[in-house]
Amino acid sequence: MSSNSFSSVTRRRLLQASGAVAGAGALGSVGPLAAAEPIKIGILHSLSGTMAISETTLKDVMLMLIDAQNKKGGVIGRPLEAVVVDPASNWPLFAEKARELIAKDKVSVAFGCWTSVSRKSVLPVFKELDSLLFYPVQYEGEESERNVVYTGAAPNQQAIPAVDYLASADGGEVKRWVLAGTDYVYPRTTNKILEAYLKKKGVAPDDIMINYTPFGQSDWQTIVADIKRFGSSGKKTAVVSTINGDANVPFYKELGNQGIAATDIPVCAFSVGEEELAGMDTKPLVGHLAAWNNFESIDTPANKAFIEQWHAFTKNPKRTTNDPMEAHYIGFNMWVKAVEKAGSAEPDKVIDTLVGITQDNLTGGTAELLANHHITKPVFIGEIKADGQFDVVWKSDKLIAGDAWSRELDGSKDLVGDWKTLKCGNYNTVTKKCGA
Amino acid sequence: MTAALAKEKDMRVKTMMDLATAALIALKTSASDADRIAAIKTVAAHGDREALAVLDQVAAASTGAVKAEADAGHAAVTTKLALWGYAQNAWYGLSLGSVLLLAAIGLAITFGVMGVINMAHGEMVMLGAYATFMTQELIRTRYPALFDYSLLIALPVAFAMTGAIGMLIERTIIRFLYGRPLETLLATFGLSLILQQLVRTIFGANNREVGAPAFMAGTTQIGGLSITYGRFWIIIFAVTVFIALQMLLRLTSFGLRIRAVTQNRRMASAIGINTNRADGLAFGLGSGVAGIAGVALSQIDNVSPNLGQSYIIDSFMVVVFGGVGNLWGTLVAAFTLGIGNKFMEPFAGAVLAKIAILVFIILFIQKRPRGLFALKGRAVEA
Repeated sequence: MSSNSFSSVTRRRLLQASGAVAGAGALGSVGPLAAAEPIKIGILHSLSGTMAISETTLKDVMLMLIDAQNKKGGVIGRPLEAVVVDPASNWPLFAEKARELIAKDKVSVAFGCWTSVSRKSVLPVFKELDSLLFYPVQYEGEESERNVVYTGAAPNQQAIPAVDYLASADGGEVKRWVLAGTDYVYPRTTNKILEAYLKKKGVAPDDIMINYTPFGQSDWQTIVADIKRFGSSGKKTAVVSTINGDANVPFYKELGNQGIAATDIPVCAFSVGEEELAGMDTKPLVGHLAAWNNFESIDTPANKAFIEQWHAFTKNPKRTTNDPMEAHYIGFNMWVKAVEKAGSAEPDKVIDTLVGITQDNLTGGTAELLANHHITKPVFIGEIKADGQFDVVWKSDKLIAGDAWSRELDGSKDLVGDWKTLKCGNYNTVTKKCGA
Repeated sequence: MTAALAKEKDMRVKTMMDLATAALIALKTSASDADRIAAIKTVAAHGDREALAVLDQVAAASTGAVKAEADAGHAAVTTKLALWGYAQNAWYGLSLGSVLLLAAIGLAITFGVMGVINMAHGEMVMLGAYATFMTQELIRTRYPALFDYSLLIALPVAFAMTGAIGMLIERTIIRFLYGRPLETLLATFGLSLILQQLVRTIFGANNREVGAPAFMAGTTQIGGLSITYGRFWIIIFAVTVFIALQMLLRLTSFGLRIRAVTQNRRMASAIGINTNRADGLAFGLGSGVAGIAGVALSQIDNVSPNLGQSYIIDSFMVVVFGGVGNLWGTLVAAFTLGIGNKFMEPFAGAVLAKIAILVFIILFIQKRPRGLFALKGRAVEA
């Protein structure tokens, strides 16, 4: 409640600061660029409130990417200008700020949102004003919109490969599953998909335990004891965790306290990355797993260069990089290529050229923007190390195409999103009709 | 196996091997019924989850007297486990209750005794946790040998820091708002946002790591009860803080003055008590206690700018439920709500349990608006 209502003083100060940043960028790029009218890029990430912990970094990485692109001469001869707003972890404010960016600031594209509820809240605005949003976070899927590009993982690019890995010989041939999550839309949908998938693979309903906790849960004693009891049946048990943000620290602490080691009951998390680990006492987490599409520790020249660029830009050699940052890197470069191909930054024209654009991943392979506005991604499973980094223990042998609509759920398995030929986000392949 | 068993000296290994041999005999259909029944008795006497799994297998694989014995053993073990389950829930409840008590006890002074609706109370807890973080960082870099005592050292630091901030707030803001609850609520709410963003600006939005000293890590097993040391010490700490505070208010002249001012300000002033000063000190005391609660909570929760928010609602709930103006009420309310919540959680789930507790309090307040332990007398009506 209280995080939602930030004083306007703070907001104004942030706006001034962002204006100063944008101004400095424009000043730096004298020469031919200065003459052309800048292309405005909206950055819609919470800089205050509960989500600031994750989203501030994404604002910084966008400023870095825009700065670097300006040094290369901008796009189609025009400099880029960042417009930063602070929706303050307040979902209705996200919609207001989105409208402000598109209608008042006339941005050509926006990069932003973290939580699904914030994306759902801005969606009508982007549709109504026909603008373009790049959404960089892994999410629950079941959506394909003309005005949104999903550069984060869909469930089949993170959750399902992770479950496959745990069930394989390498992952310990897990037979019993705890699906633990925070009580909101992403964990609920992901767990629904996983439950259907596990049952399809022959896991008995008795071997699946589903548990939801409120946001910011800090007293995990009962639940961890339940998990321990569930895991003491003799079959190998694992926890698939969609526990969000801050609730993770006390959860892992309690696991450690009750003597559950990663070798007894491994936890595979979808929301714990380098950034989150930076503020944790990692001792109780060592050996547990996380599934992502990028890890800072992956040793490729592109990833290294990106990390160096990040350290130089933030003037902090310790700032970590993480998966959603790479998603913004890929999304931004795809947008740049689409603008160059279309010869215009008009959202309408850019959207029509986006499908099929490719961009090299930081960790190898080339991501392609698919007709359903999702992208192809490699999947990695990493083991948490004591220094807060990950040791990759498994990677997918090829890039996996993101499914907008899950094949595991009855309501969505016949649906496809296709913005190239069908121009429809939810085309039903059985009834051959758009609109489910 | 039997030969190895005879040689084994270590008690714990011996019991495990005992169980394993008995399980083997119980499962062997070729053994005589008498042997198997004896073995089943041994397994059942162990009374844990592994024993239950063995008895299940035996019951499924046999008939007649053996099956009956296995079923009886199964029932006995289930009852025993259920009893331990209750004990475990009670322990979890005590532990949650102690956290609620710690979070609420500072508020019991500022809101309960002084009547100030202090929405910035949670931020005092948060500042206490950050004081712990800073103390620990200093110790880690300068005097690593003292690390195990870092929490003890952080206690006075946190108390002094949040107490001083509390007094400053009282002097500059609250003082002008006595008797105007609505304005106080808004002002302290604004203050809580300012403090949060201030901490976010100084320390960053990320969580800060506060390590656990060695004596607070690990678990011990008492029968079917597993007790984590961290939680154990927090219970002890919460009760100690409560007793100390109660003694301070009951037995010292400082406490006497605070009580006199809160009961009848004008009379207290007439007999020569500096009421202004008493107000400031009482608010400082409440804030300081919130600060040391932050030291303990840094062990079980995230040290982040949002730390306080997660406790403010619970704190008010405890104080209102317990009865405004009564420290004993706060104690009883904290443990009642903690235990109630933990007994409900296994049946209802964490989300529903929380909702049920809130609904219960709403209904309770309808019936008894003054909470569990209502103050009586003229002071209340004033």
